[in-house]
Amino acid sequence: MGKYVVIYICLLIIAALQFVIAYSHVGTAAMFARMLFLAIVEAGLALLFFMHLWAEKRGFLLFVLIFTGFALITMQYGWTDSFRMELGVPYTQPKPGVVQQ
Amino acid sequence: MSTAAEQVVSYHGEVYEPSLFRTYSKKIGMWLFLLSDSLTFGALLFAYSYGRISVPHWPTPFHGESIARASIMTFFLLTSSLTMVLGVAAANRGDRKWTTGWLLATMLCGAGFVVLHGMEWHGLIHEGLRISGFTAPPHVQTTGEFADITKSAPQFAGTFFTLTGMHMLHVTIGVVYLGVVALRKKFLPILAILWLVAWLGTPAWSPFHYGAHVLLVSLVVCALVLFLKPKDYTAHDVEVSGLYWHFVDLVWMFVVPFVYLLNLGH
Repeated sequence: MGKYVVIYICLLIIAALQFVIAYSHVGTAAMFARMLFLAIVEAGLALLFFMHLWAEKRGFLLFVLIFTGFALITMQYGWTDSFRMELGVPYTQPKPGVVQQ
Repeated sequence: MSTAAEQVVSYHGEVYEPSLFRTYSKKIGMWLFLLSDSLTFGALLFAYSYGRISVPHWPTPFHGESIARASIMTFFLLTSSLTMVLGVAAANRGDRKWTTGWLLATMLCGAGFVVLHGMEWHGLIHEGLRISGFTAPPHVQTTGEFADITKSAPQFAGTFFTLTGMHMLHVTIGVVYLGVVALRKKFLPILAILWLVAWLGTPAWSPFHYGAHVLLVSLVVCALVLFLKPKDYTAHDVEVSGLYWHFVDLVWMFVVPFVYLLNLGH
């Protein structure tokens, strides 16, 4: 029981840290990076100890990490498109001399 | 000459492969479901973040009250994770009384989370934040921060309600799941009462008025399972239900910072 209470307190502290960062005067990009890091640490603790992944076979641990990691990383291919829409380059800008319909 | 029993064992040994990763198949099944579900939530978080980047003047409407409520909801879910893991530990010890007690505590935290989230949705809808499927409540604000967001950046309401609604649905199903594991058939009348309260206790314009029928569908499914395959749930079943519950908690760890807290960025 003691181990689980320690993990629970760690999770509460990490969650509280996220709220502290949210109210600190840092830029959105820096805030995003810190939030993402803390969320990954938080999720890792929950996965390893609350979901007992730490006690599973190493092959199973690798299977979960590689499968999830691969799928979530490949999902990131769309970011460049989201920036294109924001910046309007190169395809959404009207070509010189072309009348827009 | 081998006996009939030895022949059966030998025969079965040839037919059945050893279980994957040398653990029981229910657990493998749940992990595979959770892996696929992580893609669902990954895609929804991606959609929200995509909108945030690509839409000029993405709204950041969550301030003091919303942040305070999100912190209480986070506390509820983190606490429910502790009670759940203690329930699994009690089940592994064979302590039925404590297992049921911890599972009920987990359900209580989950129900508290859903009620708080529902109150937040009601407040937002009243202030004018809506998607096309929602009925407009009487005396809804047609001007103001959230009403303006609905007009100027409809992607915000769409992605916000889809992401948080999907998570709320998962928490609700988790509460029902734990209720079945903890109380078995005794949970069915409780579920029926919860459905009636949620359905009749919410105004007709509320998305929860028709959303409450999720509980009715759950009631039918649970009744079918419990009557067609009555069984006493083992420590394995408690552990598998715990995996689901922790996953729901884990998703919230990403929703809070990206949807609520990044609102406060400068």
